[in-house]
Amino acid sequence: MAENPIPEAAIPAQVPEVPVDPLDALGALIVERSKGAVLRHYVANGELTVEAAIGSIVEVVAFLRADSACQFSCLIDITAVDWPGRAKRFDMVYHFLSMYQNRRIRVKAQVSEDEMVPSVTSVYPGANWFEREVFDMYGIVFSGHPDLRRILTDYGFRGHPLRKDFPLTGHNEVRYDEVQKRVVYEPVRLTQEWRAFDFLSPWEGGAYRLPGDEKAGGRDLGAAPTTTQTRSPS
Amino acid sequence: MDGDLKGDLRPNLRGTDLEHGGEVQDRGFEDVLTGEQKIRNFNINFGPQHPAAHGVLRLILELDGEIVERCDPHIGLLHRGTEKFLEHKTYLQGLPYWDRLDYCSPMSMEHVWCLAIEKLTGVAVPRRASLIRVLYSEITRVLNHLLNVTTWAMDVGALTPPLWGFEEREKLFMFYERASGARMHAAYFRPGGVHQDLPPQLLDDIDAWADHFPQVLDDIDELLTENRIFKQRNVDIAIITEKDVQDWGLSGPIARSAGLPWDLRRSQPYECYDEFDFQIPVGKNGDNYDRYLIRMSEMRESTKIIRQAIAKLRVETGDVLARGKLTPPKRGEMKTSMEALIHHFKMYTEGFHVPAGETYTAIEAPKGEFGVYLVADGTNKPYRAKIRAADYAHLQAMDHLVKGHMLADVSAVIATLDIVFGSIDR
Repeated sequence: MAENPIPEAAIPAQVPEVPVDPLDALGALIVERSKGAVLRHYVANGELTVEAAIGSIVEVVAFLRADSACQFSCLIDITAVDWPGRAKRFDMVYHFLSMYQNRRIRVKAQVSEDEMVPSVTSVYPGANWFEREVFDMYGIVFSGHPDLRRILTDYGFRGHPLRKDFPLTGHNEVRYDEVQKRVVYEPVRLTQEWRAFDFLSPWEGGAYRLPGDEKAGGRDLGAAPTTTQTRSPS
Repeated sequence: MDGDLKGDLRPNLRGTDLEHGGEVQDRGFEDVLTGEQKIRNFNINFGPQHPAAHGVLRLILELDGEIVERCDPHIGLLHRGTEKFLEHKTYLQGLPYWDRLDYCSPMSMEHVWCLAIEKLTGVAVPRRASLIRVLYSEITRVLNHLLNVTTWAMDVGALTPPLWGFEEREKLFMFYERASGARMHAAYFRPGGVHQDLPPQLLDDIDAWADHFPQVLDDIDELLTENRIFKQRNVDIAIITEKDVQDWGLSGPIARSAGLPWDLRRSQPYECYDEFDFQIPVGKNGDNYDRYLIRMSEMRESTKIIRQAIAKLRVETGDVLARGKLTPPKRGEMKTSMEALIHHFKMYTEGFHVPAGETYTAIEAPKGEFGVYLVADGTNKPYRAKIRAADYAHLQAMDHLVKGHMLADVSAVIATLDIVFGSIDR
């Protein structure tokens, strides 16, 4: 069972206590061999993640590809995650696969909004479109990319749709204009208010307090046991 | 922030030779004066409305005579912002969007979403549900490969295979409909199992179909496999090597055509694929023709899995949903238990909460490795869901594959890549 990061729902992280998790060992090895480029590693949900500084990302992925213990020769995916509240706003997330070792790895690096990310296309030609997509969706600029154009959005599109501050409805809408005999662009008109219901339940978790309800004192209403689980067995 | 309001939607001809009104950029009669001919490559637009483009694909092709020098795919014409939608919907509300990604293999798309959620929540799927998922995953594989192989034949000039193949697809859509109520966009796989149990009659009918289907494959085989034109159009076209597979992140039948026996069902088994007996066809030459042969034999292998799954399903009775937080209570229970009723209401309005964490979960979809990178923040909505579509990576390699081939091979290469814009553009 040594080689599998098992993608099986039934077996989450708490598999029987093996003395040394091979993924954990591999992570430690990567941190050690990368001479400080990889900051730390952890295994969660049976998946290995290593964190690196964005400045040394090219060296890190080149190492992961070339090292005989890693052989992560197949680039699976590059994406980003937006955390607007953070000082370094974005997480760059790289996924690699080794078909030879049958292992996967995730590399994460934090990027601030005004930082350039070195492109990894020199190591993995297949990174091209994935980086274009990240540029398109998040506005993260890659240095050394051969062809950094938008990829998924419309010609002439402005803004970066997957940023958390980009509205779901967007800014423009298009329709076919019968008079002008062509498709026209117009600012979005919402015929009804955008309805975002807050379904986060006051029953579970969450320190919900009614404003002005002094009698409740410091009591946390959320601490009540959940009702939904107590059902008679069928 | 207000975008481009020019509203100019004349076809975007930038980069093509029609940019300046259709005239090849005019140097007057310079050639005659200098006695030297200036030859440049010709750029053409392929698509976005082209019957062989398998959707809304626009290629800018640079041609030297009939030889393709450069191919620049313009994608995104079907971009619907699925990933943005998913961030704004509960996990369950997001599920039907997955069907609409690769609409040629809808249930495989749902499958990966369910697996990712189950991984983060630690829910184990009941065995019967797992078998049903395998059964329908393989039906989906046959659906997808039938579409691919037969329309591919059409792209290179044969009309009969699609007619025969689509008849079988129609039968399979009936099985989809009888299980889920919808022919294509099923929303049948749910986190924690499948939506409803299968009636015994349906199992019998699928079994009968699986008996008869290999003959249909034989018929298509007879039409295509040794067909002179089909072979002339596909043998030694778009050869890929093991290095290409690694460089471009190719997967699925395309990776296997280069001789890599890589199949996630076998190498990183999910559901209960490890208990099924099936072979993984692997190619030798890495050309179009190999990929055709692989897809044909994969359909035969899928039929084998379908029959095994049915045999197991006849024995295995039991629930098809892991009853608990993720899934609705039974109907009968709702009529008698107040808690069940509350749970049902809360589940379909608020949705369930997924513990904070992240996962990359992938399956062997018919087209290759299809995965999702899911970041959960502990609420009822995903914080980020990145869809990793196999054909996105495959189409990216297009330039590499068609360079040096003839213009007429372009459509055969598009077909062999098995691209669908639902999942490329997302």
